[in-house]
Amino acid sequence: MMLAPGTRVRVKLDWPELRGPCHIRTPHYVRGEEGTIERHLGDFPNPEDLAFARPAPIRALYHVRFAPKPFWPEGAAPDELVVEIFEHWLEAA
Amino acid sequence: MNILETPSDRLLEAVRSLLAAKGHLTTDEIAERIRITDGGSPAQGARMVARAWTDPDYKALMLRDGTMAAEAMAIPMRGLPPLGVLEDTEAVHNLVVCTLCSCYPRAVLGYPPFWFKSAAYRARAVRDPRGLLGEWGTVLPVGQKLRVVDSTADYRWMVLPRRPAGTEGWSAEQLAAIVREGDMIGVTIPTAG
Repeated sequence: MMLAPGTRVRVKLDWPELRGPCHIRTPHYVRGEEGTIERHLGDFPNPEDLAFARPAPIRALYHVRFAPKPFWPEGAAPDELVVEIFEHWLEAA
Repeated sequence: MNILETPSDRLLEAVRSLLAAKGHLTTDEIAERIRITDGGSPAQGARMVARAWTDPDYKALMLRDGTMAAEAMAIPMRGLPPLGVLEDTEAVHNLVVCTLCSCYPRAVLGYPPFWFKSAAYRARAVRDPRGLLGEWGTVLPVGQKLRVVDSTADYRWMVLPRRPAGTEGWSAEQLAAIVREGDMIGVTIPTAG
């Protein structure tokens, strides 16, 4: 199912690195954070499988926009942050 | 012989020879790919930016499909990740980072500068981007939104900066000459010089 621009999503608060060797394209700092689908960028083989030379299912890739909030206690967050995130890392918010 | 202790040039030569010996690639194909990779440089991206500043149809193509826009300037994109172009406007300034590694649009910007791959740049671009821009001497106009684009997966991103004041009537060649690598990453802003 394609997520439409404007859809509210949450990045899964998951830590596959705690379960064993893995390759992940979802940065730590947005896991568990809520964002908004900006647009569907395309469909690509899942890099988490490609990295291990496993058969890689095609996954939708989205630009997800996050509101200005500090991801760390110090510093000043960007006014807007946009990150590429695959569909299987997103859940309804 | 331990693979971790083998000199990298000997490993590279062995892999290239094996690829050719097993028929996966010809030595000509490898040489062609090296030639294409070495052809990537900020001058290529600068040519695209300058054309976008002088040709509205090209600018529209560039924002819609960066890969096609690069190919329209005879930049080889076959087999490379798609290129996305982020437009700076009066309201928004874009800054590109790859917090996970060093994803970079090499076909149009060449090899990434050393600082782009540094842990410090990658962390601070999302943690304190205005502070980071300040160290480059880049101060955004009051009210312009700073948008950080974290290049984490299958796209490669470049910034289409705003055409600086004082360049009215300049040719595309003159304009391309003032566009620097950092302008297309978003750490700096082009000036008429």
